[in-house]
Amino acid sequence: MSYLLILIPFLALVIANLLPKSKRAEIVFWMGLVLFVAQAKISALYLFGLLPSTGLQGIESILGFHLVLDNLAAVLLFTLGLTGMAAVLVGRFTIKRGDDRFNFLNLLLLSLIGINGISMVKDLFTLYIFIEAVALASFILIMLYRDKASFEGALKYLILSVIATALMLSAVGLLLLSAGGTSFAELKMVLPGNWLARLGIVIYLCGLFIKAGLTPFHGWVPDAYAAAPTAVSVFLAGIVTKASGIFTLIRVLPLIGSQGAVQEVLLIVGTLSILVGALLALGQKDMKRMLAYSSISQMGYIVAALAVGTKLGVLAALFHFFNHAVFKSQLFANAAAVEEQVGTVDMDKMGGLAQKMPVTGITSAIASLSTAGIPPLSGFWSKLLIILALWLSGHYFYAVIAVLASVLTLGYFLYFQRSVFFGRVPEGLKDIKEAGLGLLLPVVALSAVTVGVGLLFPFFYKVLLR
Amino acid sequence: MGIELGLMFWLFLGTFVLLLIEGLYCLLVTYNLMRVLIGIEMIIKAVTLFVIACGYVSGQTALAQSFVITVIVIEVVVVVVAAGIILGFFTEYDSLNVRNARNLRG
Amino acid sequence: MTIMIGLLILTVLAGLWATMTALLLRAAIGLALVSALLSIIMYRMNAPLAAVFELSVCAGLISVVFISTISLTHRLPLQEFKVRRQSRITRFRYLPLVLVLAALGLYIMYRPFHIPLVPKEMVNDVRLVLWETRRIDLFGQILVLLAGVFGVLMLFKARSKDGN
Repeated sequence: MSYLLILIPFLALVIANLLPKSKRAEIVFWMGLVLFVAQAKISALYLFGLLPSTGLQGIESILGFHLVLDNLAAVLLFTLGLTGMAAVLVGRFTIKRGDDRFNFLNLLLLSLIGINGISMVKDLFTLYIFIEAVALASFILIMLYRDKASFEGALKYLILSVIATALMLSAVGLLLLSAGGTSFAELKMVLPGNWLARLGIVIYLCGLFIKAGLTPFHGWVPDAYAAAPTAVSVFLAGIVTKASGIFTLIRVLPLIGSQGAVQEVLLIVGTLSILVGALLALGQKDMKRMLAYSSISQMGYIVAALAVGTKLGVLAALFHFFNHAVFKSQLFANAAAVEEQVGTVDMDKMGGLAQKMPVTGITSAIASLSTAGIPPLSGFWSKLLIILALWLSGHYFYAVIAVLASVLTLGYFLYFQRSVFFGRVPEGLKDIKEAGLGLLLPVVALSAVTVGVGLLFPFFYKVLLR
Repeated sequence: MGIELGLMFWLFLGTFVLLLIEGLYCLLVTYNLMRVLIGIEMIIKAVTLFVIACGYVSGQTALAQSFVITVIVIEVVVVVVAAGIILGFFTEYDSLNVRNARNLRG
Repeated sequence: MTIMIGLLILTVLAGLWATMTALLLRAAIGLALVSALLSIIMYRMNAPLAAVFELSVCAGLISVVFISTISLTHRLPLQEFKVRRQSRITRFRYLPLVLVLAALGLYIMYRPFHIPLVPKEMVNDVRLVLWETRRIDLFGQILVLLAGVFGVLMLFKARSKDGN
């Protein structure tokens, strides 16, 4: 069953490239949409325990892949389904040239295969390969339009990615030495007591920090998010950074447990990311850069929650991971809508768009409030869980910082709302219309998810507890 | 046997560290974009050496070789994509000066 | 043993040359030299397949990519080149110093130590046996290669169309 999640998109990718040039973009768009929605549905069914287990053992033994689909993977798959759907829709309506759209969807499909792989592997080296595949697809996606800024963003991302590669591979070498292999099963056998293996995993984690965009390696995040075409930013911010960095952290961290020095480091990295992201987001004029710094900040929250090491912490981290993917994708989709109609992402030049673009305004307000942690939206619950996890395990100082940073988050999002949607309408923007239906669809859907999850939270709590 | 193996490993570790320093230094200090690529390559080669050394010392040459072959494949694709970035950079800015790439500030 | 030490030292020196040399073309050749030396080292360390791969791919393919990229991007005019060369030497002159210091540091820190190895049944017989257990890596490689192909198609096609 698990390998189907990799093989079917792969088949789709192959077919997509064999199609004739004329109608390519349309067909691939529908394929991509269907795949993402199907994935979201399947993984949601799996999480609720409603999926019947099928046979097909024969094929699996022929292929010989070692993939395991468990609840944790299903969360990532579901998130990916939602975010991917938004990205596909945004791309369909903002990328003008058919050729560019086709390339975009191709690489998106490839990233889909890669992230599905990331979610289901049981081996550190295989994990690295899929992370690298997704990263390569991201480099190329950033350069979709080949404009000036995109090269710089892609270059910075590439350089830091290579450093992360070096760290992860050195860790693999160390693990080869001390544990005789890199699969999770082998590592579990060796880890208690083996200092070299422990060092290896810590180095691997440092590589993952770079991929996740945490301080002090967050340098590439603003440039990459801002320089990419907004449809790509939806995908990048919503999933790629989360999957390659944070999700892998959630997978790998239980191997060594979060105690002692490791816990301290994680807490410090997390809290620093929260602060750095929030503070640097305050002074931004460019909408996408502000959202990028906000992402760094939210990643910090997730890592701080993970650092605690209790079940509540992991639960909070996972929930916030899902929430952040939803509202960050939505905010970027809103940015795409605004950019489409206004022609710029400079917030100074905008204003009063709420009258002209009511749906965009409302949905972005919902997403902003959710990020800041206002009840009864979903963001409130996940932030609350994180702060609770920190407090209950005795890290009072960090909990206080988390709360203060929430205030900062509210601050910069209010600024964002005010400067873009409220106030006077500047001269040149008098005849802006609302964005087209295709762009509205994903944002409305994501907003619905945000509100729905927020209201129905106690119900989801049980689901997530598994 | 254990001692000589230890010495051997230390030598490899030393070479690994030295190559890593060369690559990182090149990456950080250069003005020219092509040298950035050379620095990247040096770093990846250093790590390749380290993985093989670990494989040799622990006796698992087969596993180490499969790792290295995969890494070499990835390395090639990274170099090709980086070359694409550099060529695009060149068509836009008409120079390979890394200083030009400090536009996105803030 | 002494051959190995010599090879390692040569590799570091070749890397130093590749990093510090003035002309980019020489740097690319230096990199190819490092690959070749690395390949010989790998062969001597019971890793023949990896050595072949490294030699053919890195010393070959990557050098071709490098040299074609270098030739597609024009050179600096001579005056600027001289100015740049001067500043480059000032910036890079610390490198040999740092390397020597690092080497000394490593030498001092060396104590005969025992590596905590894991006694494991070796699955060493044939490399192909190994691909049985690592099949998913192959799929990952195919994915990476596909990404590379898309990248090439996208990045290198536009150049001829734009005519910039």
